[in-house]
Amino acid sequence: MTKILKHRLFWPAAALVSLLAVNIIANQSFARITMRDGQLYGALIDILRQSAPLMLVALGMTLVIATRGIDLSVGAIMAVSGAVALTIIDSSPSPGSLGTVAVAVVVALLVSLVLGAWNGFLVSVLGIQPIIATLVLMLAGRGVALLITGGAITTVNSAPLKFIASGYLFILPFAFFISVAAIATVGLLERRTALGVLTEAVGINPEASRLAGVRARGIKWSAYVASGLLAGIAGVIYASNISAADANAAGFLIELYAILAVVLGGTSLMGGKFSIAGTVIGVLTVQTLGSTILFFGVPSAQSPVVFAAVVILVVLLQSDLVHRTAKRVWSQVRAEFTSSNQQDTEVAS
Amino acid sequence: MRKSFLSTIAMAGATALALAACSGSTEPGTTNDPGTGGNGDELITVGFAQTGSESGWRAANTQSMQTAFSEDNGFKLVFNAADNDPAAQIAAVRSFINQGVDAIVIAPIVSDGWDDVLQEAKDAGIPVILEDRTVSASDDLFATWVGLDFEREGVYAGEWAAEYFGDTPTRMVVLEGTTGSAPANDRAKGFNDAIAGSGIVTIDSQTGDFTRDGGKSVMEGYIAKYGIDGIDLLYAHNDDMGLGAIEAIEAAGGKPGEDIIIITIDAVRDGMQALVDGKINYIVECNPLLGELVAGIVKDVVAGNPVDKEYFVEDQKFTQDEAAAVIDSRLY
Repeated sequence: MTKILKHRLFWPAAALVSLLAVNIIANQSFARITMRDGQLYGALIDILRQSAPLMLVALGMTLVIATRGIDLSVGAIMAVSGAVALTIIDSSPSPGSLGTVAVAVVVALLVSLVLGAWNGFLVSVLGIQPIIATLVLMLAGRGVALLITGGAITTVNSAPLKFIASGYLFILPFAFFISVAAIATVGLLERRTALGVLTEAVGINPEASRLAGVRARGIKWSAYVASGLLAGIAGVIYASNISAADANAAGFLIELYAILAVVLGGTSLMGGKFSIAGTVIGVLTVQTLGSTILFFGVPSAQSPVVFAAVVILVVLLQSDLVHRTAKRVWSQVRAEFTSSNQQDTEVAS
Repeated sequence: MRKSFLSTIAMAGATALALAACSGSTEPGTTNDPGTGGNGDELITVGFAQTGSESGWRAANTQSMQTAFSEDNGFKLVFNAADNDPAAQIAAVRSFINQGVDAIVIAPIVSDGWDDVLQEAKDAGIPVILEDRTVSASDDLFATWVGLDFEREGVYAGEWAAEYFGDTPTRMVVLEGTTGSAPANDRAKGFNDAIAGSGIVTIDSQTGDFTRDGGKSVMEGYIAKYGIDGIDLLYAHNDDMGLGAIEAIEAAGGKPGEDIIIITIDAVRDGMQALVDGKINYIVECNPLLGELVAGIVKDVVAGNPVDKEYFVEDQKFTQDEAAAVIDSRLY
C-alpha cells in the first residue's frame, strides 16, 4: 500500500480518477458510451479525441522542460502549420484527393520542424534564455499565419483532411491513435534508449553533463525540434477538426495548458527528471476538467474560477508539504482520539 | 520596415495625385462633391486606426472603409492596423495628430485608456469619429460613433425563433461569444427579451469564444449531455461557432438544420453558404460595410455640419431562400 502511495504517479492518477468519479456520480450521461455504425461515441470518447492536440504539444513541452527550457511558441506553430496545410489544400485543384492532403500535411510539418529548429538554435547555440527565445516565435508566428491566410479563415471541404481529427479507425477516433503513436514514439525513444537519461542529465546539471561528455547542445536542440514537430501535428489536427485554418484561435494559450498538464503530471519546471506517463495523465486531467465544467453547466463567467480552483486543489493534493502536514495532523487526531477513547472506557468501567 | 516603406510610396503617390488634382482644378466646377468641407476641391486627409485583421468580418470592414475613403470620393486615407495591440493603436492615433490630418476614425480595440490621446486630438482641433466599437472616455472628446446595435441583432434572431416555435416546448442550447464582450452580452439580452413568453427554454449556455473550435467542442459536450434528440434549437452568437457546431452535429450522426434548428449572427460567407445548404436556418447580419456611412459623416463633421452622437447601421436578416438569392452578390 505505502509503495503505491509513494509512487510518483499515484497522486496525479488519483486526481484524474476522482475527477472522473465526480462526473460520473453527478451525471449519469457522462459515462454513457454508445455504439453507432461500429463507432464509439460519448463524453469519454470525446475527451480522448479532443485531447489529441494538447497531448502532442504537452509531450513536446515535457522534453523541453526536462532540458530546463520552456517553449512558448507551440500555439503559434500550430497556427502556422494549420495555415500552411489549409492554404495548400485550398489552392489545389483537387482538395479532396488523398495526395493533396498528404503533400499539404508533409509541407506543414516540415515548416513546423524548421520553426522548432529555429527555437533550438536560439536556445542551444546562441544561448538565449528559452522563455525569450520562444517568445519571439510566439508573437511573430501568429502574424505569419495571418499573413499566409490573408487575415481570413480559410475553409476547405476535404474528406481526407477531415478524417485526421474526426475519422474513426476500428471503433475509436483516429486522432486518439495519433496520440497513442506519439506517446509510444516519445516513450520508446526516451526510455528504451539512453536519450532520456541524457536529457535528464542535461536538465539536472548542464555543466556537469557537458564535462561528462554529454552533447548537451544537440540534446537541447533536438528537444525544441521535437516540440515544434509535435506542435505542427497538433496544428494539423486542430485545422482538420474544423476543416478550417483559424490563425487567430488555433492553439491560443495552449502553451500554458501544456505547461499545466506537464506540471500536473509531476514533472518539475526546474528540469531534469520527467515523466511521459505523468504528462499523459496531466493532459487527460486538463481535458476532463474542461468537460466537467461543461457538464456541470457552470456559467461562462465563473468557469475560469472553477477551473483555477480545481487546479489548485489538484496541485495541493500532490504537494509533499501538504502530505507531511496532513500526516502530522492525522496522527495527532488519532492520538487524541485513542486517548479520549481510553478515558471513555475508564469512565465506563 | 516593409509597411513603412509601402506607406511612404503610397503617401508620395497620394501627394502627387493631390497636386495633380489641385493643378487641374483651376477652372470652377471640377468638384462635383458639395460635401468636401470648406476647402473646395482639396482632399480630406483621414487617419483610420483599425483594430487589426483578426477575422473575415474585420477584413470586409477594412475593405469597405478603404473603398469609401478613396480619392475619387475626395479623401486621402492614412491607414493603420494595430494587430489588436491597444498601445500600438494609441501610438497610431498620436502619429495621425502629429501628421495634422483633417479627421481621425478609430475602431477602438479596447474601450478604456483613450482619454489622453482624445484630449490631444481635441486640443489639435482634429475631430474623432468612432467606428464599430465605443470608448469609455467622455462624450465631448469625440464627434460621433457609427456602429451596430448588437442587442437589436439578438432581438431579430429571437423574434424569428419565437415565431418559428411559438408555444411549442423547445429546448435551446446557446453558444455564447467571448465572456464579457459587448456583442456576447447584448446578443444574449436581445434574444432573451424577444423569446419571452414563447415555449423556448434555455437548457444550457456556455461560451465558445466566437471560434469554430470552441463552438464545436462545446456542442460536442451538449450532445454527449443531452443527445441530439434532447436539443431542438441552437442559438450561436456568431457564424463561426455555428459552423463548428454543425461539424459536431454531423459527426454525431444528426442533421443540422433539421434535427436541430440553428440560428446564428454575422452572415459571413461560410455562414451564408451553410444557410443556403440548409444547415443553418436563420442568420442575422452584422454588417461590416460601414465605409460609405462613415465617409459621409466625416465630410459633415469636417464641414462643421451638426451630426448625431451615434449612428446605428440597420442589419439585414436572411432565411434560407433569401440567402440563396443574395449569396453571389455579397461582398464578404
